[in-house]
Amino acid sequence: MTTTIADRRIEDAGLEAGIARLTPEKIQKTILAVLEGEGGARLKTYVETCVRCGMCAKACHYYMSHKDPSYAPVAKVRQTMWEILKHKGLVSPEFIHQCAQIAYTECNLCRRCMHYCPLGIDTAYIMSFVRRICHKLGVTPQYIQDTAHSHSATMNQMWVKDDEWIDTLKWQEDEARDEMPELRIPLEVEGADFMYSVIAPEPKFRTQLIYQAAFIFNQAGLNWTMPATPGWDNSNMAMFSGDMEIMGRVEMAHFEAAQRLRVKRIVMGECGHAFRAIYDVGNRWLGWGMHPVPVVHSIEFFWDLLNSGKIRMAKKYPGPVTIHDPCNVIRGRGLMDKLREVVHAICDGVVEMTPNREHNYCCCAGGGVINCGPPFKNVRIVGNSVKADQLKATGVKTCIAPCHNCHGGLEDIIHKYGLGIELKFLGDIIYECMEKKGAS
Amino acid sequence: MQADQAWDWEPGARTVLEDATACAAPHEWTEEPESSPDGERLAAVANLGDGRFTVCVNAEPWETDFEKAWYLRFSPDGRLSAVTMEDGMWTVSVDGESWEESFDFAWGTTFSADGGVIAACIQSDGRYGMVVDGAPWETLHDNANHFRIAADGAHTAAAVQVKSMGQADIETFQKGIFSVAVDGEPWDATFVNCFDPAIEVKTGRVAATIRRSLYDYSVAVDGKAWEAAYDCAWGPVFHPGNGQVLAPVRKKGLWGMAGDAGFVWNPAFVQCHHPQFSADGATLAAIVATSFGKFTVAVNAAPWSATFPVVTDLRVSPDGKTVAAQASTDNTAFRVLVNGSVWPGVYDMAYGPVICPTTGQVAIRVEKDGKKAFVLDGKAHPATFDRAYDPIFSPDGAKVLLRGISGKAYKRIVAPVSAFTG
Ligand code: SF4
Ligand code: SF4
Repeated sequence: MTTTIADRRIEDAGLEAGIARLTPEKIQKTILAVLEGEGGARLKTYVETCVRCGMCAKACHYYMSHKDPSYAPVAKVRQTMWEILKHKGLVSPEFIHQCAQIAYTECNLCRRCMHYCPLGIDTAYIMSFVRRICHKLGVTPQYIQDTAHSHSATMNQMWVKDDEWIDTLKWQEDEARDEMPELRIPLEVEGADFMYSVIAPEPKFRTQLIYQAAFIFNQAGLNWTMPATPGWDNSNMAMFSGDMEIMGRVEMAHFEAAQRLRVKRIVMGECGHAFRAIYDVGNRWLGWGMHPVPVVHSIEFFWDLLNSGKIRMAKKYPGPVTIHDPCNVIRGRGLMDKLREVVHAICDGVVEMTPNREHNYCCCAGGGVINCGPPFKNVRIVGNSVKADQLKATGVKTCIAPCHNCHGGLEDIIHKYGLGIELKFLGDIIYECMEKKGAS
Repeated sequence: MQADQAWDWEPGARTVLEDATACAAPHEWTEEPESSPDGERLAAVANLGDGRFTVCVNAEPWETDFEKAWYLRFSPDGRLSAVTMEDGMWTVSVDGESWEESFDFAWGTTFSADGGVIAACIQSDGRYGMVVDGAPWETLHDNANHFRIAADGAHTAAAVQVKSMGQADIETFQKGIFSVAVDGEPWDATFVNCFDPAIEVKTGRVAATIRRSLYDYSVAVDGKAWEAAYDCAWGPVFHPGNGQVLAPVRKKGLWGMAGDAGFVWNPAFVQCHHPQFSADGATLAAIVATSFGKFTVAVNAAPWSATFPVVTDLRVSPDGKTVAAQASTDNTAFRVLVNGSVWPGVYDMAYGPVICPTTGQVAIRVEKDGKKAFVLDGKAHPATFDRAYDPIFSPDGAKVLLRGISGKAYKRIVAPVSAFTG
């Protein structure tokens, strides 16, 4: 069945209020300014070279779940950027609503389709560009806009106040000392080997992850620190809302925290989009060719700890387990082999999903889609039945996903499709099964 | 850090403390030690067991102990502060004496330039502000960020939330609920965001970067915004002579420096941040990128020729004759840049150049092969340490005070400039 974006229109307070303020003239003026200032050769090349072959369709989980051609990557571009260019930006407010709905909620910027395009066209880049235009027009889904606001005001994603951050770490330290009396969560230690950074949902809802990380680092005898200032949150939803200026400010705070502490590298928790923000996008917007401080994802970090013998497993986690490959650290950084080595070292009975590694299907939460909130929840659940099928086919009861966003997205499909699978972070399993010297 | 003539400037090395981890009270562990500016004391938080903490100074514990003690910082005048908690309430303790008032949370101790004033950030009953020498702001706010103290300590400021907002209420947010509070009192004006307030010494005028809408960045001084709008802006600075406010701003993808009448540095840079004036205002330096991935320092808008992937820690001497910074590649291969030339040494880490206010010479703490060392004008001092603190020039600039821990021993070395030969 073929639908159109108009058939799928969803009410969202941010999108409705946004288009109510627009006229075609205002839209055109803004679009032309964005195209002139930021629409470089890359956009032009992509648009001009696409041969409409449709090879990208089968790459996209939305298409695979719906089998509706209007969800194909090329269709997303056709319904947005091609129209914008064709009409030189003179489009209606309602059309902008449609662009926003497609770009923010029907594309995870997962870049899977790029691997299937014979010309290497990066649809995610084009969708990011559409988001940038929507941001400039003030047409952004309410909930992701709110997280971008939070970033601007607090430099973290969840309105965590400066004291709440420190307080949470102090409290986690206290709790963990019941288990390991000498444990510390070192704050603001100059010259530590690395700064550990997390995403704001950790101090807010998933404090056990900070606890576990602290426990692992102490067991491994590492010289580490966390910053006691804004800059502790490595996540960046402004990157996905299209607010590049706030994205840059958030990344600046993050890197400057690491530079002030004179750490050798930043190790970050199990999050994918955050890695993209610091390793690929935010750093470059700030003018750095690479990251100013090396950034290591938890997968690589745990791989190091296990390989150097700094941590040892007392037992292996009982399988069978399967591995979900988060887009941003797999396609974005190539960590698929290390992820497998870590999982094999800590778990028994690994059952691979198919397809996997750089051809994995996205969790359908990433790219800011889950952050668009309740109005679009059903879209991403229905739009990812292909992932549910893939998970089901493994027959496992445990899925390891080293990414917060993936947990959010997978949890929802596990629930909706009654898969009865438990999700785990690598840290959950390492903490549970490692040798614990000196722990009570 | 301003050196004092009264300190012991007799050249030579002295072990101040045989064991930097020592504490006369029975204890479980001591934490990272801090060194006093004059090098005569070494202080560390000590865990006394049973969840109690104190502070040890040259191994002698403070008389009081606490539920928690951390963020040990020496003020520039040599007083030792810690953020402490007792009965669940937090305050700042200075040389073992806690401020009378305590708060639901206190953190982020900060000092005036000479150390005469000590301030901290506080939260009481979910309201936010600052406490200055024990006296909290009269007005506290729903939230506060970007806390600042003036160099002369006369004023404190922060970006504050002055109107409350419901969950995910993006409309209210975009109408503007933030302002800047000076000594607790907010400006009349509100903005979508306020960032990085700067306080002018003596007058107490405050400038901050603001966002008037999601797209319109500018600068406001005492609540009055510049007319011009920019695509982005970093924190402003005051010209120390004429009080003019300047800030790095972005227009059409490029950064320059603007005042209220428009650009004073043309927008020619891929990046421009951390502007800094000399004391007379004649020299304005900033970290800039001349093209993508090529960073250097620009002095009065003219960039140095050597560029690096990363440049940080810009310093300008009071007379403006010396401008120094450090450069790095992938957070290693640190180089020191002074007035456009590059020292020959390459280090695993550098800790920010220190300029002698009298002579303009530059000293820096560096790390190589896991050891900390000191380098002056490109030449190293033979002593190496496992842990070290910033070098401090003597008032006449003829000597440098080196402080560090080697093995277990905490030492202070007064090194004549001529001792840097490596
Ligand atoms: S969700 Fe992924 S596969 Fe689908 S269009 Fe977006 S980037 Fe391509
Ligand atoms: S596969 Fe590439 S060339 Fe073919 S339709 Fe998709 S984007 Fe265009």
